[in-house]
Amino acid sequence: MAESFFQQQYLRNQMKKKNFIRIMRILLFFIFLFLWEISARLGWIDSFIFCSPSRIGSTFIHMLLYQDLLNHIGITLFETLASFFLVVLFGVGISILLWFCPRLSSILEPYLVVLNSLPKSALAPLLIVWLGANMKTIIVAGMSVAIFGSIISLYTGFQEIDQDELKLIYTLGGGKKDTLFKVVLPASVPFLLSVMKVNIGLCLVGVVIGEFIGAKQGLGYLIIYSSQVFKLDWMLMSIVILCVIAMIFYQILNQIEKLITK
Amino acid sequence: MQSLLELKDIGISYHTMDGEIPALSHISFSVDEGEFVALVGPSGCGKSTLLNLIAGLLRPEQGSITIYGNPLQDSKLAIGYMLQKDHLFEWRTVYENVILGLEIQKKMTPDRLKRVEKLLFDYGLSDFKQARPSQLSGGMRQRAALIRTLALEPSLLLLDEPFSALDYQTRLNVSDDIGKIIRKEKKTALLVTHDISEAISMADRVIVLSKSPATVRCELPIELGIENRTPMNSRSAPGFKNYFNQIWKELNYNG
Repeated sequence: MAESFFQQQYLRNQMKKKNFIRIMRILLFFIFLFLWEISARLGWIDSFIFCSPSRIGSTFIHMLLYQDLLNHIGITLFETLASFFLVVLFGVGISILLWFCPRLSSILEPYLVVLNSLPKSALAPLLIVWLGANMKTIIVAGMSVAIFGSIISLYTGFQEIDQDELKLIYTLGGGKKDTLFKVVLPASVPFLLSVMKVNIGLCLVGVVIGEFIGAKQGLGYLIIYSSQVFKLDWMLMSIVILCVIAMIFYQILNQIEKLITK
Repeated sequence: MQSLLELKDIGISYHTMDGEIPALSHISFSVDEGEFVALVGPSGCGKSTLLNLIAGLLRPEQGSITIYGNPLQDSKLAIGYMLQKDHLFEWRTVYENVILGLEIQKKMTPDRLKRVEKLLFDYGLSDFKQARPSQLSGGMRQRAALIRTLALEPSLLLLDEPFSALDYQTRLNVSDDIGKIIRKEKKTALLVTHDISEAISMADRVIVLSKSPATVRCELPIELGIENRTPMNSRSAPGFKNYFNQIWKELNYNG
């Protein structure tokens, strides 16, 4: 079917708008890098404290070759993914349990609210005393940041499902278990995905906090170590890597979301 | 002949911290096999509560509900229930939605599935089996919801204002459609509505309920004296207007 002139014009305009945004994003990134590099080279900023993009790049390659950087990255990735999957598992499991026993959820509600609003970084030193300075502690630290929030939002999402949809299952002769599997869980999939998108970032936060105080490996450890020996290029490089990791995780979940919800 | 459904002196109240609100009091009526009965009453008079009681989702505080003379709880008779909205699930195809009841009751036998296929074919949905509910028109969605209910082969159909969510034109078409299907499948049906014309056009008998707490104000057999009666041609029958006025008067009676 031939599109009218105005339709074509509309499509062209939309395309233009999209391209403009994309180009500006990339441009902004390069302008930032360029200004950073130039001001470091010309001495406008102290290059010892602020480093420079080229030095971060060369530090990255150097550390990749001589300092086992891949191992640090791998450890942080593993810890984050482990705590993320455990959060999803326990988050969904506990929300289902609460949904099955509304009385239990009424009893636990104030405790969940307190635990959720507690600054989790305060827990990290305690976890180290309790569980020791090892990977287990760091995974638990990662979980502690995300778990209470996800239980609360998942459970709230379960409750917001239209009562009439549950009634439909009862009129078709189903029980509470059927309402869970035929309505509550499938209806919550988009919601679960958006909770997961938030969680992956939170788990990364928790893992880095854990690594600050109780690790011998990982990007969090690198940041703390480099601050103590004043190797600011190491520190900034680690932060850049964390940025990239966060971005990749988010994009992966975004793609999964697109695939599922279409 | 014993009635299929009989309600005797039914009463129930809502309980809140502020007190007790009577919803239904001393309701008695019966529905015979093959009959189409409409319950008409003002909004919020407890009509839906009445259907929940008959469907067994609620227990009455007073009175008894019997099916062919036996208490409702002991009855093996299948009761179908059609809600106000179709509630077709978007994550299932039309076909998967239609067999939801069979799936839940673990009754997916070949001859039951074959019957579903036939219903889908008879009522113009077989080309849309693999479609998503959002691709159907309002009328088709309501038909799919009816087939979902009929798939369980209910002997009694409860209809809770099943057309109230539709716009007026669709509503007339769908009620005509559904009315014909129910007559063709020879189902006993109990329709709850606040639309007087809808009640007269579809039912063999109209029961008028009073304001909350609901009681039965009167029962009115509808005899329009036309052959091959459908909801649509009932509306232009000569007797239609008299019934309308009579029910209107009963609904507005303050006594």
